Amino acid sequence: MNRAKVMSFIKANTMIIALVFISAFFVWQTGGKIILPQNVSNLISQNAYVFVLATGMLLCILTGGNIDLSVGSVVCFVGATGATLMENKDVNWVIAVIFMLIIGTAIGAWQGFWIAYVRVPPFICTLAGMLIFRGLSNVVLDGLTVSLTNTTFIKLFGGGADCYVRDIFGMDGFHLTTMLTGILACVIYLFLQIQGRIKKTKKGYETESLKKMLIRSVIISLVILAFSLQLSRHKGIPTALVIVAVVVLVYGYITSKTILGRHFYAVGGNEKAARLSGIDTNRIYFIAYTNMGFLAALVGMMTIARLTSAQPSYGQNYEMDAIGSCFIGGASAYGGTGKVSGVIIGALLMGVINMGMIIMRVDSNWQKVIKGLVLLGAVIFDVVSKKKNN
Amino acid sequence: MAKVLLEMKDITKTFPGVKALSNVNLKVEEGEIHTLVGENGAGKSTLMNVLSGIYPYGSYEGDIFYDGKLCHFTNIKDSEEKGIVIIHQELALIPYMTIGENMFLGNERGRAFAIDWDETYDMADKYLRMVGLEESSRTLAKDISVGKQQLVEISKALAKNAKLLILDEPTASLNEKESKALLDLLLQFKKEGLTSILISHKLNEISYIADKITVIRDGMTIETLDKAVDTITEDRIIRGMVGRSISDRFPKRENVKIGDKALEIENWNVYHPIYENHKIINNVSMNVKKGEVVGIAGLMGAGRTELAMSVFGKSYGKDITGTLKLNGNEVNLKNVSSAIKHKLAYVTEDRKDNGLILMNSIKHNVSLANLSGVSNKGIIDADKEYNVALQQRESLNIKCPTVEQNAGNLSGGNQQKTLLAKWMFTEPEVLILDEPTRGIDVGAKAEIYGIINQLVAEGRSVILISSELQEVIGMCDRIYIMESGKIVGEVAGAEATQENIMAHILRTSNKGA
Repeated sequence: MNRAKVMSFIKANTMIIALVFISAFFVWQTGGKIILPQNVSNLISQNAYVFVLATGMLLCILTGGNIDLSVGSVVCFVGATGATLMENKDVNWVIAVIFMLIIGTAIGAWQGFWIAYVRVPPFICTLAGMLIFRGLSNVVLDGLTVSLTNTTFIKLFGGGADCYVRDIFGMDGFHLTTMLTGILACVIYLFLQIQGRIKKTKKGYETESLKKMLIRSVIISLVILAFSLQLSRHKGIPTALVIVAVVVLVYGYITSKTILGRHFYAVGGNEKAARLSGIDTNRIYFIAYTNMGFLAALVGMMTIARLTSAQPSYGQNYEMDAIGSCFIGGASAYGGTGKVSGVIIGALLMGVINMGMIIMRVDSNWQKVIKGLVLLGAVIFDVVSKKKNN
Repeated sequence: MAKVLLEMKDITKTFPGVKALSNVNLKVEEGEIHTLVGENGAGKSTLMNVLSGIYPYGSYEGDIFYDGKLCHFTNIKDSEEKGIVIIHQELALIPYMTIGENMFLGNERGRAFAIDWDETYDMADKYLRMVGLEESSRTLAKDISVGKQQLVEISKALAKNAKLLILDEPTASLNEKESKALLDLLLQFKKEGLTSILISHKLNEISYIADKITVIRDGMTIETLDKAVDTITEDRIIRGMVGRSISDRFPKRENVKIGDKALEIENWNVYHPIYENHKIINNVSMNVKKGEVVGIAGLMGAGRTELAMSVFGKSYGKDITGTLKLNGNEVNLKNVSSAIKHKLAYVTEDRKDNGLILMNSIKHNVSLANLSGVSNKGIIDADKEYNVALQQRESLNIKCPTVEQNAGNLSGGNQQKTLLAKWMFTEPEVLILDEPTRGIDVGAKAEIYGIINQLVAEGRSVILISSELQEVIGMCDRIYIMESGKIVGEVAGAEATQENIMAHILRTSNKGA
């Protein structure tokens, strides 16, 4: 009985456990370098694009294992147009931002239209998009690099030297705002847990055991606190983290708590049944890809801000990072299952492996090999454990 | 006394946690048709999988004697070599391969690196003629009807030199005419010395074809009835299967008041979604009143499902014309969600394929067609959803430990009830039930019938589409008979017999030919 419990716990939390072990491995191998404040901070800033793109990609994958191969090119194209507008055409940055979001969403809608209403297979449609928008990026930039100078824009979207949330206390060497934010996050989390439990008990629903809830709450709080501590010891909360947090919270809420979210799972689970239950399945496909375009635009801005320039080669392989994170994070290659939280774990796992290998100075070719094997391993695990369930 | 061809002795097979078979005995004589009956999950298919080597020797206990010899089959190839060929319930033909390619798949003619296609197609044609098919073996499998595909499966078995043919519910997806043809074919092969084991749920077929009937219940052999010795009646078989006699298979409705017309269609025409000149539904007019159960009888492909779906928010077909009235008011249902809003429900046939989301929980399946009923401004109230699922589980008697369980883990009957629950939650006034009892056991069927009676007692209307004539006759106040997209007859339930319904259908199809 106890053994079965342990097994089911491991099964339900495989990727979290894997994350813990892999992190521990790198802490050991790098002599603790990987958890230095600066590295923790970089882990977020460097991988911010993956978190955002993977969240959007999850919606596409939910509809039935469909992927969007064009995101890397769209990121680049949106960044290229934005940079050109701001630097070469002297357009106000606010207008440029709105324009970039509109372009990205329009590109998403364009692809979504073919996929949803004409039923062009997503793989082909977005492969075409990948070529089209990579080419157009070159056209817009004339093959050259455009440097960004607008500091407000750069700071807001997580780039430059000063891409951190301002500390209102101004202590030397310790970013108190960050620590307080972390504590606040813990308090909110605990409050929601307790409130949910009280509500459940009141209505006479089943609640999980108190012990389980306590252990989980303590662990999650400790992780948040430790994380905030490391960030406070560096320069505080990177602005990119704010963007990521907003995206993750909003999309996590949509997928788990709204009718729209449920429709995504239904379409991926059984499209025919969904259609005959009154769900407009075409609309769901359309929304998934339009939204992907919107998030790609957001990442486009984050990318040019971070690199303070736009180049025709930006965003390459971003789609692969996003797709990989989704599958590692437990999304099914056939659609219908997967969570935003899982995808974030998947992206973190990839980020930790990346950073760990860089610190360990693993040859970059071998890095690719290892990342590929991790992805394959995760999917094999998913397929095999599903088979066993049947 | 004929020779015993197959004897399975004390077969016991356990899956983790479940004893699927315990000490099952089966004796089949050469040249007989032996049927296996039992409720869903009784162990019939498991027994046949043991026999054919799908569950290899060593994974079960007991002995199999075939042709007097003890056999140790480790895979299907072993049993097929001996002439034991199993035809599974789900057809295993590959749609984009020709009949010939399908027939010799895994058994190719010629050499491994030089397949002899001329020989393949020549032999395939011969086997097709043996089962009475005139098609060329170069036809793609997808281009022939399901009934013919089943015959191709049989000719495929013959091509493997079958001596003992095992058919797992071969007529499940066939209409009455096709089923009869298939059974007659088996009778003809029997004369030529072929032995068959038939798993079936259809009692009329069993009494028509079987020499012996072995009843399996809860993984045990209950009895073997011999046509030559025992008098076999349907009630007798049912009693063996469920361990009790279902005296009244179709519960009576009492004091149900039939009111005004709830749904009425006039001059309904529907064209095929792809072949634009192909008229699927031809000038159909029909109605159903409050408190009434109306049946639509007809053969597979008569257009019953297409009619239902075209009415249900135009979910099938093109260029739909005609008028649709609900409670006397003409409405235009543009899509499924508007049909649901107008209190119409269509409980789909094939619950696994287009009814339920098997990987989702019962709870999520139940709320799916009426998510706005458990949410506020687009945000789902998880507590409300859970409660709704609990209520539906209670009222429809869905047997499951929790409503969080995946729908895919339920038995067929409980899946069907979950599907019904989903539509009950949309609070419909008119329900169209498409094959609501296909592939579920006798006990679950009775429960579904009870639910139908409950529905009309509450003043709702039910349109029942079913391929089982007995069911339509037993349950309906009125029956429309459909053939080739037209209504070819209407009979009152009390006057309906299988003979007069079939007569309506056959007269029309003869005319058409």
